Amino acid sequence: MAITELDLSALWVTLRLATMTVVVLLIVGTPLAWWLAHTRSRVRPIVEALVALPIVLPPTVLGFYILVALGPHGPLGWLTNFTLAFTFTGLVIASVFYSMPFVIQPLQGAFEAAGKGPLEAAWSLRASKMDAFLTVISPIALRGYISAVVLGFAHTIGEFGVVLMVGGSIPGQTRVLSTTIFSHVEAMEYAQAHAISACMLVFSFLVLLGVYIANRRFPIHVS
Amino acid sequence: MSRLIARFDVCYPSFHLNVSLDVPTSGITVLFGPSGSGKTTLLRCLAGLERASDGFMQFGNDVWQDEARGVCQPLSTRPIGYVFQEPRLFPHYSVRSNLLYGYKRISAEERRISIEQVVTILGIGHLLDRRTHKLSGGEQQRVAIGRALLTSPKLLLMDEPLTSLDIQRKQEILPFIRRLHEEVRIPVIYVSHAISEILQLADRVVLLKQGILVGVGALNEVLTSLEFRKSFGSLRVGAVLDARVASHEPQYGLSKLEFKGQFLFVPLQLVAIGQPLRVHIFSNDVSLVVDRMTSATSVLNILEATIVEIREIDQSSADVLLDIGAPLVATITRKSLAHLGLKPGHRVFALIKAVALNEELTE
Repeated sequence: MAITELDLSALWVTLRLATMTVVVLLIVGTPLAWWLAHTRSRVRPIVEALVALPIVLPPTVLGFYILVALGPHGPLGWLTNFTLAFTFTGLVIASVFYSMPFVIQPLQGAFEAAGKGPLEAAWSLRASKMDAFLTVISPIALRGYISAVVLGFAHTIGEFGVVLMVGGSIPGQTRVLSTTIFSHVEAMEYAQAHAISACMLVFSFLVLLGVYIANRRFPIHVS
Repeated sequence: MSRLIARFDVCYPSFHLNVSLDVPTSGITVLFGPSGSGKTTLLRCLAGLERASDGFMQFGNDVWQDEARGVCQPLSTRPIGYVFQEPRLFPHYSVRSNLLYGYKRISAEERRISIEQVVTILGIGHLLDRRTHKLSGGEQQRVAIGRALLTSPKLLLMDEPLTSLDIQRKQEILPFIRRLHEEVRIPVIYVSHAISEILQLADRVVLLKQGILVGVGALNEVLTSLEFRKSFGSLRVGAVLDARVASHEPQYGLSKLEFKGQFLFVPLQLVAIGQPLRVHIFSNDVSLVVDRMTSATSVLNILEATIVEIREIDQSSADVLLDIGAPLVATITRKSLAHLGLKPGHRVFALIKAVALNEELTE
């Protein structure tokens, strides 16, 4: 059979990476997206541009600077006193930056669409700020969250350039599916490359299809 | 008597609100003024949704905001009910869950208004299990009012809650607002720019113009004031009187109303004797005669009055402010004014050609 144990470990690393990245981005991204949606600050366009940068930047550029930052002489490497380059943690940090716009932008859009109206209504009904956010804004912005999770997850699975720059392709640690495909192609193992590629194609399509169907069919109700 | 004292000075790029307010905490107070006069901003300041750098707000004995001491309670800790222009129902909750949202967030001892009471007053029993987007605009706004009431607020703020509704729906909700005020005795501050809403609801009016308070007082006093005439001259309000049904004359199709010992005839009203009825007189419908008529007249409504003040409006007309136990304004020509030799202090008779009832008033 075409799929090897090495490929399976790459799948495992990929799923772990994508999950960790999305979790970190939801924790960091929710307050940031909320701030972007509601601030009148002048630095807002600067922050928005920074967040959107990975969309247009060649992944190798981003990967290069993250590698330098994580390295023993970079600010992050200096802070942690050892290098995170070519480790799984380093890969998560890089992916967080790389997938940031795909999580922040849907959340920001959802918060902007929800507006201040429901929030003020919840405050007037004795809900504290956190209570109002959890019981009113989050459910109203649920589709934004679904989009953010799916896009962030899928985009992290699909990354290649950053992963190669920051993580190398160390089997079991930083070798993910996309880099595995590349290795197979380099080794002329087209059948194996094809098997993984086809799986990823079908997976991506099914995920997106599922999101669109869910968005269309099920209006969000809590009680 | 308990009072609401508030002072706000707040600047926006294109607007400056500077208001000092002191009104009793009872009845329905309407904030009235043209759009852009700062009514909604003032209401939001009262709620704590806008924070004035120089602000003070005291309700009865409770100080909710005092910027001099750096105090400003957030809305969620103030016992205020707020009804917005749009219903702002939570789309992910049913009508029932919307109603209970605030109710569940106050302690059991604070609950003075029951769900049954709200459902009955607002007539929303059949809607409880519905989704909010399936409701009509009027139904949604009733649910929003109910949701606010169920927090048993000490003060209810309403920001033009009827704006988004058509006239028919307005007439469907206005009686509810009057009724809920009568039944649950919560003081209401109500923002409006529609004279018909004021005439039906207000006990007291706060007049705003370009962020400044230009008049405050009982409904009839404010509407017959010079300031109101200057700002809203085209409305030509003569008087708004809270009369009482004295008797019916069905053979003539009339009801006789009593107001401070004088009588007014209006088309037959299907209400019990003794019931209060608010009537509205346009200043153009009031004529003056100096002597009691010796010959008969077809005008039924003749009131004894004393001239308080004469205000010349323009080249041809003048407003005569009369006292009939309440202010009444007659708009007459300056030629008549000169011809009759009217002066403050004179006793005259006011002939009222038409009396409008609330239900007939539209914008």
